[in-house]
Amino acid sequence: MTATLDAPRSDATGTRTAPATDVPILECENLCISYFTRAGEIPAVQDFNLRVMPGEAIGLVGESGCGKSTVAMAVMRYLGGAGRIVDGVIRFKGRDITTLSEEELRRIRGSEIAMIYQEPMAALNPSMKIGLQLMEVPLFHEDNCSQKEAYQRSVDILTKVRLPDPERLMDAYPHQISGGQQQRVVIAMALLSNPSLLLLDEPTTALDVTVEAGIIKLIAEISAEYGTSMIYISHNLGLIWETCSRVSVMYSGEVVEEAEIRRLFEKPTHPYTNGLFGCIPTPKSDKHTHPLLAIPGQLPLPHERPRGCNFGPRCDFFEAGRCDQGVIPMRAVGDGGGHEARCVKFEEIDWSDYGRDAKVFEPIEPGEVVLKADQMQKYYPIYDRSLAAILSGNSVRHVKANEDISFEARKGQTVAIVGESGCGKSTFAKVLMGLETATGGALTFTGDDIAEQGVNSRSDEQLSSLQMVFQNPNDTLNPSMTVGGQIARVIRKFGVEKDPDKIRGRVLRLLDLVKLPRAFANRRPRQLSGGQKQRIGIARAFAGNPAVVVADEPVSALDVSVQAAVTSLLMDIQREFDTTLLFISHDLGVVRYLADRVVVMYLGHIVEQGTTEEVFSPPYHPYTEALLAAVPVADPEVEKKQIILEGSPPSVINPPTGCPFHTRCPRKLGEICETQVPPTQRTPQGHAIFCHIPLDELREFEPVFKTAAE
Amino acid sequence: MLFFLSKRILFMIGTMLVVSIILFLMLEANVDTLAIRVLGPYSPEAGREAWLEENGYLRPIWERYFDWLFGLIQGDMGYSTRFNAPVAEVLWPRLANTGILALFTFAIMVPLSITLGVLAGMREGSRMDRSITFLSVLTTSVPEFASAVLLSFLFVFLLNQIAPGWGLPGTSGFTNGFSLTEMILPVTVLVLYGFGYVTRMMRASMAEVMQSHYIRTAVLKGLPYRRVIMKHGLRNALIAPFTVIILQINWLLSGVIVVEYFFSYKGFGALLLDAALNTDIELIEACAMVAVVVAVATQTIADIGYTYLNPRIRFT
Amino acid sequence: MADLTLNDVPRRDPLWLRLLKSLRLLRESWMAMVGVGIIVFWIAVALLAPVISPFPYTQQIPAMVQAPMFSTIPEGFMLTSFTDEGMVRTEVSGIYLLGGDNLGRDVLSRIIWGARPVLFWAPLATFCAYAVGILLGLLAGYRRGWIDDVLSRVADIILSFPVLVLYVVLITQLGQSSINILLAVTFASAPGIFRIVRGLTLDLRNRDYVAAAQTRGESQWYVMFVEILPNARGPLIVDACLRLGYTTITLGVLGFLGLGLPPPDPNWGNLIAENRTIALTAPHAVVWPCIAISSLVLGLNMLADGLREISLKD
Repeated sequence: MTATLDAPRSDATGTRTAPATDVPILECENLCISYFTRAGEIPAVQDFNLRVMPGEAIGLVGESGCGKSTVAMAVMRYLGGAGRIVDGVIRFKGRDITTLSEEELRRIRGSEIAMIYQEPMAALNPSMKIGLQLMEVPLFHEDNCSQKEAYQRSVDILTKVRLPDPERLMDAYPHQISGGQQQRVVIAMALLSNPSLLLLDEPTTALDVTVEAGIIKLIAEISAEYGTSMIYISHNLGLIWETCSRVSVMYSGEVVEEAEIRRLFEKPTHPYTNGLFGCIPTPKSDKHTHPLLAIPGQLPLPHERPRGCNFGPRCDFFEAGRCDQGVIPMRAVGDGGGHEARCVKFEEIDWSDYGRDAKVFEPIEPGEVVLKADQMQKYYPIYDRSLAAILSGNSVRHVKANEDISFEARKGQTVAIVGESGCGKSTFAKVLMGLETATGGALTFTGDDIAEQGVNSRSDEQLSSLQMVFQNPNDTLNPSMTVGGQIARVIRKFGVEKDPDKIRGRVLRLLDLVKLPRAFANRRPRQLSGGQKQRIGIARAFAGNPAVVVADEPVSALDVSVQAAVTSLLMDIQREFDTTLLFISHDLGVVRYLADRVVVMYLGHIVEQGTTEEVFSPPYHPYTEALLAAVPVADPEVEKKQIILEGSPPSVINPPTGCPFHTRCPRKLGEICETQVPPTQRTPQGHAIFCHIPLDELREFEPVFKTAAE
Repeated sequence: MLFFLSKRILFMIGTMLVVSIILFLMLEANVDTLAIRVLGPYSPEAGREAWLEENGYLRPIWERYFDWLFGLIQGDMGYSTRFNAPVAEVLWPRLANTGILALFTFAIMVPLSITLGVLAGMREGSRMDRSITFLSVLTTSVPEFASAVLLSFLFVFLLNQIAPGWGLPGTSGFTNGFSLTEMILPVTVLVLYGFGYVTRMMRASMAEVMQSHYIRTAVLKGLPYRRVIMKHGLRNALIAPFTVIILQINWLLSGVIVVEYFFSYKGFGALLLDAALNTDIELIEACAMVAVVVAVATQTIADIGYTYLNPRIRFT
Repeated sequence: MADLTLNDVPRRDPLWLRLLKSLRLLRESWMAMVGVGIIVFWIAVALLAPVISPFPYTQQIPAMVQAPMFSTIPEGFMLTSFTDEGMVRTEVSGIYLLGGDNLGRDVLSRIIWGARPVLFWAPLATFCAYAVGILLGLLAGYRRGWIDDVLSRVADIILSFPVLVLYVVLITQLGQSSINILLAVTFASAPGIFRIVRGLTLDLRNRDYVAAAQTRGESQWYVMFVEILPNARGPLIVDACLRLGYTTITLGVLGFLGLGLPPPDPNWGNLIAENRTIALTAPHAVVWPCIAISSLVLGLNMLADGLREISLKD
């Protein structure tokens, strides 16, 4: 039932299939790319070197602004009006492509070098049938390809990417299929002409975790079969670990470290690489014993790069006089396999001591129950106004966004609500905050029933006690007001202070709390970075001394290094104010790191809840198991099971009968799952699982994560 | 789909009814002011009473309204006091004339603005784009009456001074039957003022489409540039401007009033103006209703067309 | 952590200074600069009319009827006027720089004085239309429900009338007075603004900061006017400039058709209407008002386009 694939890159030699020749498919030498704006020349990428051999998969890792996407666009020679290659060469199969004409480029694009994009919906033409978009590739690249042949090849490739009913799909429009299916179409389009090189620019960032796993597996299989070389661009180290054989880490336009995959993960050499690994939650990190280490400081703006090492100002080992002089070259690390790092003093750094004195959060005793949901239910009516529906009496259908939600949160605890898109976690947050009202069940907050109380019928005290931190840092603040003004408004509204001077004082103290300079009080949101805006969002939420703070994916839209900092901040403040934190996320790594209790949701139901240890080890609900198996882990010592869920998440309007998960469950028992709603099985400690499979059997499952030591 | 269509048509009829009621009330609610306006402010009171009685204005308003409405539906639009003839006799030929004017205007304006808009939007910020944008801004700043005056001055007056006999006719009354040269100036004025707006809408739509990711996909697929523009770009860029173009018919009905007035063109717009200035009640009502019908019909067509052209809405 | 005093952080600039500083943004687009230049020019003309106008705009000199440009008033011409002391004869001399119109008035003076009604009524009408349109648009977009349904239908119905038809019918029925014209223009423009504001509101109400305000228990008026409206100002400002230009044209057209402000109001549409019949014999009497009105509208359109360019660069 569960397919376990041998990960193709377990061997450290770095190549997938036997290379046919010695000529690298792609070679970048001293590549420098700059953007030319009214403000002058902005160097985006400097001194970039890369070599891709036939059949190899290379990873390009970095955060936003490091230049990895710019490199991909440069390889495709599609930098737009403002970008230009100012130095260096790019050689594709030995030919210098920086000097090719448009017509020659056109012939290479799509047929020899193909690209897969981040957002599949945006990458497909919404007004053109999928079939036509696919057929264009052979029709315009091969001189004697007939319509019929192009059609047949398109159908074949759709079958190859595991899309069901390919002939129907040829006739469909992109918006009629799901995100995962769209990405498969994009992959199919890229593979139609059997390219030698595939560029993948964050291909799974926009997809759900369980869908992501399927796509990654597909890409791995296809490239193994065709022998295609790949350049995999991502910010997700775990993903790179699972797919690539070599990796280059980029920071602020430069490659700072380059190595074979296992070497990099076992012995990261550059301080930035180490910093990255320190911020990523793995099954080993734990807020009580192995805290995350945030990288201090901020990414420098492209025109404000420091002298010498770009990472210098943020590096714990920065040495004035050595690290800020001239251009720092890449130097061999000396453990074979072409491991290089751009650091002058990496030999002197002892990483075993690093981070020993990072702040650790002592476990606390949870207090009394603050928030309690009891069989809460939220349905949205949708009206079908067609004549047929009205006549048959079925004109109102319900979207069952939340069904039978029951859980408790205690004072000082961090409860995480986990699930993918469509599971109902955002709806639940809305009901909690009063933006929606429940259609059934009870919701108690410090003793008062708020299930039916919308925002307009809650008291000021209730409102100030239950606040929210929002997901999108760009939307969370009013762009037209100053930051200080917005916080001040909250303080005034909740009556925490009345005197203008006292209010101002409190605003400044809150800025101190979120570790931002006081001068920010007069700034507008557009002058702040994503992480800074999110900090203001946190300050705003805590301005009224709330008892419960609901954080809806507060760090999902931030860069990895910023995520760690903001997460730590959140936990700090929570401790200080003794607030209960309800942390909604789809990122299991972060959840495992900071939550005390976890609630897993699927299609409106709670499928599992318990303490973090209980949920992350057997017995699992089959969905939890698949979810854990789908998240890429950036730790070479951890062995992970592979479970791929077939099909896409069912629609909320037409949920499956019986158990909502039965359409995709790898452990489906049989008919009972289709017809009967499962019972919620509880252990005496409070671990609950919503499944037909008896608890004892569930306990027998193998854990998803196994460290090499075990 | 059928359901959507019927809903729209029903709405169209509903709007027309509501408008007809409002119109009727506006024009005929106060019969005394009406009498004063028609017969003059110095007319004797008794005379006014008699006139009102004679023309049936003393009946209750809703009776008059339904009478009028049913008459309209059957094609009887009343009697025009200004022209001393049944309204239908006067209205339809005039409407046809305006139709001809509109036809010529559109035949020139639509291809012109689409072409200019595509050229401008294709390469945003280029010199071509900037010149076309400036041209559009310039022409939409000159009101129709101003351009009519200026063009007449140039091509009727000056041209005649310089090269006698070469000047264009200043009016288009078609006193000697249909004449193409007499159409030149009115059509030019209309096209000049109207094309700027459509061009800018087309440009904006094209520029937005060119920035989209699927154009990047098409280019990186190795498609020839021409195909990228024509097949991938235009197909999406024409959706929004289509609505705008259809709604220009609506605009035309307004804009045509000034042009017809200035050039003495015997069209619908001039008729409406005439009727309004001379308080020819039944003619005003009929003209206004025709205008509303055209307006609502074009809006409905634009709506339906937009739904049809946009696959995201058509196939949900 | 020492308790830092409040003096550590400077207070913000006062509002008027902030507004002044934001004007510097205009420098980014030459179109905007030229547009502003033209508009400021006409505002100056309107304000300084009593000072710079060579003659009163109602002064008729029979000898100057349809006089060509740069013609001089005949020597020793005496203008008769009636004051409290009885009949007075004053000597009048000078040059009609732009010629004389159909009643012997100085075209230049009439254009200068004509800037006043144009620059008064057009902005006023636009402002009223905006006030109505913004209020109703915010309500419809934010509250949704039956308010939205009703208001949208009403707007659709009003917009179903071709604009000029609406004006013609309204004004002939209501009578020709400045207040009526103001009402007619407001009535005809407000639905368009309503649509725009409603669209913007529908988009903005889904933002997180609006939700944050709602979860604070802010009243709907606060949310609409403090959270939503200021963030819609970009498109609205651009639309305002365009609409101002369009209203100016409309007033001109109404004047031209004889439905505008009653004579002897020197608004430019009237000037063109009055002199239409002599257009071929005294073209200066119509050409210059045409240029005047076109230049003002051009200035407004250029400003609008420039602002749009600037907002896109942000």
